[in-house]
Amino acid sequence: MLKKLITGALTAAVAITASINAAQAEDELFIPMLSYRTGPFAGGGIPFANGFHDYLEMLNARDGGIGGAKVVLEECETAYNAQKGVECYEATKGKGALVYNPLSTGITLQLIPKAPVDEIPVLSMGYGLSAAGVGETFPWTFTYPTSYWSQMSSILKYIDQNGGLKGKKIGFIYLDAGYGREPIPLLEQLAPEMGFELAMFPVAGKEMQAQSAQWLNVRKERPDWMIMWGWGAMNATAIKEAAKIRFPMDRFIGNWWSSAHADLVPVGETGKGYIGANFSGIGTDFPAIQDIIKYVVEAGNSQADPSTVGNVLYNRGVYNAVIVAEAISAAQKMTGKKSISGADMRMGLENFVLDQARLGELGLAGFTGDLKGDCVDHEGGGSVFFQQWNGSDFVKISDPIAPMADVVKPLLEEAAAAYKADKPEWQGQTCG
Amino acid sequence: MFYREAGQFKTSYKQYMQAFPIREDRIGIAIWLAIALFYVPFFGLPGLEYTFAMNAIMIPVVIFTITAIGLNILVGFTGQISLGTGAFMGVGAYACYKLTTYFPDVNIIIIILASGFVSAAVGAMFGLPSLRIKGFYLVVATLAAQFFLEWCFIRVEWLYNYNPSGAIEVPQREVFGLIVTGAAAEPATRYLMVLGFLILLTIIAGNLVRGRVGRGWMMIRDMDIAAELIGVRPLRTKLSAFAVSSYYCGVSGALMVFVWLGAAEVESFDVNHSFLYLFMVIFGGLGSITGSYMGAAFIWTFPILMKEMGKRLFDIDPIIMENVSLVAIGALIVFILIKEPHGLARLWQLVKQKLRIWPFAH
Amino acid sequence: MSGIFYDVLADPFLQMWQMPDFFIQVLWEGFVSGILYALIALGFVLIFKASGIFNFAQGIMVVFSGLTLVGLHALGVPAFVALIITLGVMYVLAYLVERLVLRNLVNQPDIILFMATIGLTNILIGGGQWIFGGETKSMITAELMIPTGSSVWEPGGGIVIFQHIDIAAALIAAMLIVGLALFFSKTKVGRALRAVADDHQASLSVGISLNQIWVITWFAAGIVALVAGIMWGARSDVSFSLQIIALKALPVLVLGGFTSVPGAIVGGLIIGIGEKLFEIYWGPLFGSGVEGWFAYVIALVFLLFRPQGLFGEKIIERV
Repeated sequence: MLKKLITGALTAAVAITASINAAQAEDELFIPMLSYRTGPFAGGGIPFANGFHDYLEMLNARDGGIGGAKVVLEECETAYNAQKGVECYEATKGKGALVYNPLSTGITLQLIPKAPVDEIPVLSMGYGLSAAGVGETFPWTFTYPTSYWSQMSSILKYIDQNGGLKGKKIGFIYLDAGYGREPIPLLEQLAPEMGFELAMFPVAGKEMQAQSAQWLNVRKERPDWMIMWGWGAMNATAIKEAAKIRFPMDRFIGNWWSSAHADLVPVGETGKGYIGANFSGIGTDFPAIQDIIKYVVEAGNSQADPSTVGNVLYNRGVYNAVIVAEAISAAQKMTGKKSISGADMRMGLENFVLDQARLGELGLAGFTGDLKGDCVDHEGGGSVFFQQWNGSDFVKISDPIAPMADVVKPLLEEAAAAYKADKPEWQGQTCG
Repeated sequence: MFYREAGQFKTSYKQYMQAFPIREDRIGIAIWLAIALFYVPFFGLPGLEYTFAMNAIMIPVVIFTITAIGLNILVGFTGQISLGTGAFMGVGAYACYKLTTYFPDVNIIIIILASGFVSAAVGAMFGLPSLRIKGFYLVVATLAAQFFLEWCFIRVEWLYNYNPSGAIEVPQREVFGLIVTGAAAEPATRYLMVLGFLILLTIIAGNLVRGRVGRGWMMIRDMDIAAELIGVRPLRTKLSAFAVSSYYCGVSGALMVFVWLGAAEVESFDVNHSFLYLFMVIFGGLGSITGSYMGAAFIWTFPILMKEMGKRLFDIDPIIMENVSLVAIGALIVFILIKEPHGLARLWQLVKQKLRIWPFAH
Repeated sequence: MSGIFYDVLADPFLQMWQMPDFFIQVLWEGFVSGILYALIALGFVLIFKASGIFNFAQGIMVVFSGLTLVGLHALGVPAFVALIITLGVMYVLAYLVERLVLRNLVNQPDIILFMATIGLTNILIGGGQWIFGGETKSMITAELMIPTGSSVWEPGGGIVIFQHIDIAAALIAAMLIVGLALFFSKTKVGRALRAVADDHQASLSVGISLNQIWVITWFAAGIVALVAGIMWGARSDVSFSLQIIALKALPVLVLGGFTSVPGAIVGGLIIGIGEKLFEIYWGPLFGSGVEGWFAYVIALVFLLFRPQGLFGEKIIERV
């Protein structure tokens, strides 16, 4: 028994060594995928991971990779767990990882201090630390296409455009964790400035499927609008509870992680009218998505259920992959090399241009707003549009609404300075 | 043949009382220590990439061994089951963060050792119900501690210095000119630091459990009424077990965040982690310090090993392996409880027994 | 008119008085979640009574049974056939648990059995995710003919909303409890169960098969879990995060006593209503979100003063 165990363990160890050595081949672009298909938030993690994976696999199948170098993806399961996140990071960073997209605020917070040391950029696309959008302080962290704070300001702008904000009461229901608490400083700052009243409804992570108390409080407080910062099973439950207290759905706005098909399909007709923020296109009517279906999904190389291709989170995964791919090709052009390093990747992330013309070339015309990599502005100046659930699908209902940069920027810089204050090793660094 | 104690005579009580009375054990420990101190920090583990071996395996295993020893003092030695380990680690981590931001110039080692006392105080407070109840009822009491403390870690913003991210962000600290916390710290430095803590705390725990205090704990575990009759005070004994156990958990929590993770929010201290630490103790062996080492190492490395094996040898999807290792750990827990309720530590003793008489059958 | 005494002792009651319709709504919501806690606690009690095992896996059994039902339906099995197959799956689970785990752990200390059920929890989480995937799934409410509308009651200008699904949950729970009570008192197997609960050895000596009884109790707990899974799944959705909520059954048990079926019901209602009232009327004083620990802290206080619970049969082992 013991002998068998020892031999088994040795075989495994040998196998691991062999595989690590094998990964160092030529002209490969190694991209680790810190995804989660298990755990409490798997409902959101699965479609996002599928979209990310399928776009890059499509580039491999259709174009032979990016700029002649093949993309090598390695998926590592984090289960939205910070400790597993470290494990995945350590398991992949030595293989020439170009960029990390952890899809978890907790894991992002851990990676931010590591990024400058290991020289691997972190692209926390619309999550993570809002302050990380300040490129001079956070040269290795990117929050393209925009941060939580900017998103919140866009949502407030939308409310202002649809019935005014002054004198109204805004309810904010959020996952009581780092992620959900992120926009609170902005809300608290803006409430007196824009003249609205604020009511907060925290939902504890483990209680996210028992929200009747929060919604009773909503009924007591009678807010005019509700804004939600939720994730995973929390979203569908919140929408059901809102329907139960007969809160008007078209006054209920979810952020971009709270308005996906995964959240609304289980709710169905009940959620009709629910509004969500978004920054990536919906549906499969884009040539690039069609290519994904043709080269990856129909070839059987995708883990995605074909009916989920084109869903909100799937397409957002695609968008994340598009940014990565564009940054890689920008870096390839700048360095003249096929296979690049993490430092080159950062340069690429600061210099790519994803305007409508380029989106058209990629087969994603109208998929999203303009996005331009920049040294100082790691937020990318993206904007948010709004979509509404019609009972079975999302429909786009607004043009992109730009964030209130004048309000958000100084706040971001203040937060970035506070982050840097007690880090002596961060004082000297800057972007570019 | 290799492990023979015949001919080793004790000529004084002092010799009789030493921690490792058998010469072969002393040699074995010396070899392990030599490997841990002089081989691992420079070469990592054979067959694994250096930083992966250090940051993803060795450092967490060493930290969790401290946790497992702490939990074992409570569960294994004193017989008080606890599901609040994760939260007690959190108390240590948040205390360490507060202390080091108030006193940035004090040596971080002193801060970590001090933060354990905060955890010990909180642990003893939540240990109070154990004076009246035991068994499953105590599980509920420790769960109350777990959930209440989790809530505090989010709600009491003072604990994380009002960071908008709601997380502890570890500042860089140096010890004797070497960076030990923050991302810039070398893996070897961090490893040696946590190993130093582990060695120190193991020596203390080893001597506690074989001394008067530890015997009191075990008497309470084996039969509390009899223990009381022969003069063991339940109040002092139980609360000391809670305090010492929480001290270990607190120190390991502070080390986990400061030396290993680098940043942490409440998720790192949730109830699922409490289960994980309990598994380490069950698996390693209740009431055994050696077992705590083996349990922590096994429970932490097993899923990693499964994942890698599945991927490399059989090309199985890592997600499936994730679930397979969940099932396997559950099944192994049940299996070991059926076959060997004293865990890996007991297996190791059986091996020693066999070695002692090898090559003869009896 | 402020100060801590006013906030704690006067203001909440004033609010209740001023908005009676809202107060009734809070009570009703608390009642419904209390029913669901009670259902989960009932599963614990059944197993604890018959075998003295504190079955930590009851929470995941709720999720697992719900997932099996939904998963089968997604494969195209008609809803009621799926329900019957799910019952079959729960029976197989009960049989396997008895055969592979309990039988081998007879005469071990309670704490070892408890830890074995934690291991079982891990197996069910991993197995459930492996088979059904980790996504949140919606319960097949309409297919099972559970009503989904709502009724409105307007007492004196106010409004109280009753969801039909909640009324159904309360009725089904009541039926289940009556059914179990009848089963325990009127059938031969039920009497055997009670005999085992009273004294293992004495019941063995009169020819009751312990193994068989254990399978039956675990199966009964599986049925209760399935009902709880359906009802909770219909209110929110079926996902693995329900498992942590299911731990709320533990404080319920402390209140009601580990061996008492009526205790589980009353304990569930007290916890359910109490935590809603506390959250709504006193929660803001703590910055709200106190539901996560309120029940446990109540249980803790209870443990210090009445460790055997409200309906506990015997004084628990005390030190």
